[in-house]
Amino acid sequence: MSENNSVGIVAPETAHFNVPLKLKSGQVLSQYDLVYETYGTLNADKSNAVLICHALSGNHHVAGKYSEDDRYPGWWDNLIGPGKPLDTNKFFVIGLNNLGGCHGSSGPSSMNPETGKQWGSLFPILTVEDWVNSQARLLDHLGITQLAAVIGGSLGGMQALQWSIAYADRVRHALIIASAPNLTAQNMAFNEVARQAIITDPEFHNGDYYEHGVVPRRGLRIARMLGHITYLSDDVMGEKFGRKIKDTIKYSFDVEFEMESYLRYQGDKFAGSFDANTYLRMTRALDYYDPALAFDGDLSKALSQTKAEFLVLSFTSDWRFSPARSREIVKALLDNESTVSYAEVTAAHGHDAFLMPDAHYHAILRSYLSNIQTDNNQIGSNHAE
Amino acid sequence: MQNNVNITDFRQDFAIIANWVKFGSKVLDLGCGDGQLLQFLRSSLEIKGYGVEKDDANLLACIQNGTNVIQMDLEDGLSGFEDQSFDTVVLSQTLQAMHNTEKIVLEMLRVGQEIIVTFPNFGYWRNRWQITAGRMPVSKTLPYQWYDTPNVHLCTIHDFDAFCHNHQIEIIERKVITDGKEVSFMPNMLGNLAMYRLKAR
Repeated sequence: MSENNSVGIVAPETAHFNVPLKLKSGQVLSQYDLVYETYGTLNADKSNAVLICHALSGNHHVAGKYSEDDRYPGWWDNLIGPGKPLDTNKFFVIGLNNLGGCHGSSGPSSMNPETGKQWGSLFPILTVEDWVNSQARLLDHLGITQLAAVIGGSLGGMQALQWSIAYADRVRHALIIASAPNLTAQNMAFNEVARQAIITDPEFHNGDYYEHGVVPRRGLRIARMLGHITYLSDDVMGEKFGRKIKDTIKYSFDVEFEMESYLRYQGDKFAGSFDANTYLRMTRALDYYDPALAFDGDLSKALSQTKAEFLVLSFTSDWRFSPARSREIVKALLDNESTVSYAEVTAAHGHDAFLMPDAHYHAILRSYLSNIQTDNNQIGSNHAE
Repeated sequence: MQNNVNITDFRQDFAIIANWVKFGSKVLDLGCGDGQLLQFLRSSLEIKGYGVEKDDANLLACIQNGTNVIQMDLEDGLSGFEDQSFDTVVLSQTLQAMHNTEKIVLEMLRVGQEIIVTFPNFGYWRNRWQITAGRMPVSKTLPYQWYDTPNVHLCTIHDFDAFCHNHQIEIIERKVITDGKEVSFMPNMLGNLAMYRLKAR
């Protein structure tokens, strides 16, 4: 993709909310900020909005750059822009940072208005359901009644699914990518190890490390290293690093193999830019999400009220959110006679594949998105304007 | 959007299938290709249709033309589909290329109240003639050489009749066509494409 189909220089905006948000845990967020970015132009009848839901470590900066010499564009820049699969000449795209995040929306590292100190351990644990409720309020704030589409990968896909359940009249299309209707025990186990790495870091201070002027870097670094192992496939790791030796074998515990160098680099980079309290909460949101739970484990019943049309995508080498999990969503949608297509994309990159510009994957998204109508509301029973 | 679709624009086998599918019913097309049959049935009979397809290029074509398509391999069965959840399940000219031939037919009967199976009749006289002449048949309906053919389970109309009999499958209707025309005289000899409308007995 060339530079000239970038959305260009972008800037985040912040929306403040004073109406308390009741959380699934029973706690209440009395006020909060959501930071977001938009790309493209909202059309006259506000029917071309697409919401991007981010995954574990994502944020609102989905596309474009903050300045000309910004080295890295937004995290899904290969998908979004004029002429790209999610075409900003057609759609008005919204990216936001979820509550509990560490990139501008209210989260553990932001100021608790009641204490005048950083929230730290007191910041509530939010769920996918809570996020989607807060996202709906952001749409209200932007005057958008109904989304042309909601798109998310991984944890973002869970939010897209939840949108179709909780706000059936407000979503015309849900694109659920490399996701699952809940986590398997093995998947939750990885999250638990990641959290234990953080929580047992001596500098964690029960989550109130801000007031000690330290961060649990070591724990966060290990958590991220573990994550990276699970996001790649064995094949790709083999291809990328194999048993390649960094310099010469030194018979030490320093970096001996290329793979170790990669993991340490990724861990260090992340630990220097992400908040450990946010990481804990994001993994918990993943663990808790299980829309079928309220229906005796029957996902088909959980999805029976959805009205959206669905595109479900998985990647053959993704073992953290395997194709079998996506097929569970597809089966539940078929049981409900929903409009659904399912693509199982052959890809080597494991879970990370959903962020890569694979030609076939992007061709599917491009085709699906180009068929979405933006000039009228197709389900529109909740047209409040 | 397809409007004013003319039946003659489509293949004769599509027209026969359309006669066996009820208006507004729910249809599953196995090995749906680029979704042509489903589009035809949708525009002529307002069916609710889903296709199953393994091939990436066909899947993409379906998504481009707005056909519901599920990417999976029929050899694995139809595990994502509930018992009797479709009015009609179609397997159009794919049976002969299946490895798990018996399994897919039984799976179709599980999922569909009725099923439609079509296949090239190996008993067609041109095939017999080529065998008599000492060569494996190559024709419009069997366009492959023996070494590159995907067709691993070719059968004749008599073979399939016996298969249905042995598996307690009721033949509701059978049509045999050659070059787009129906054949009623000596179908196993003169018929090129066999089309069956079936249900579990």
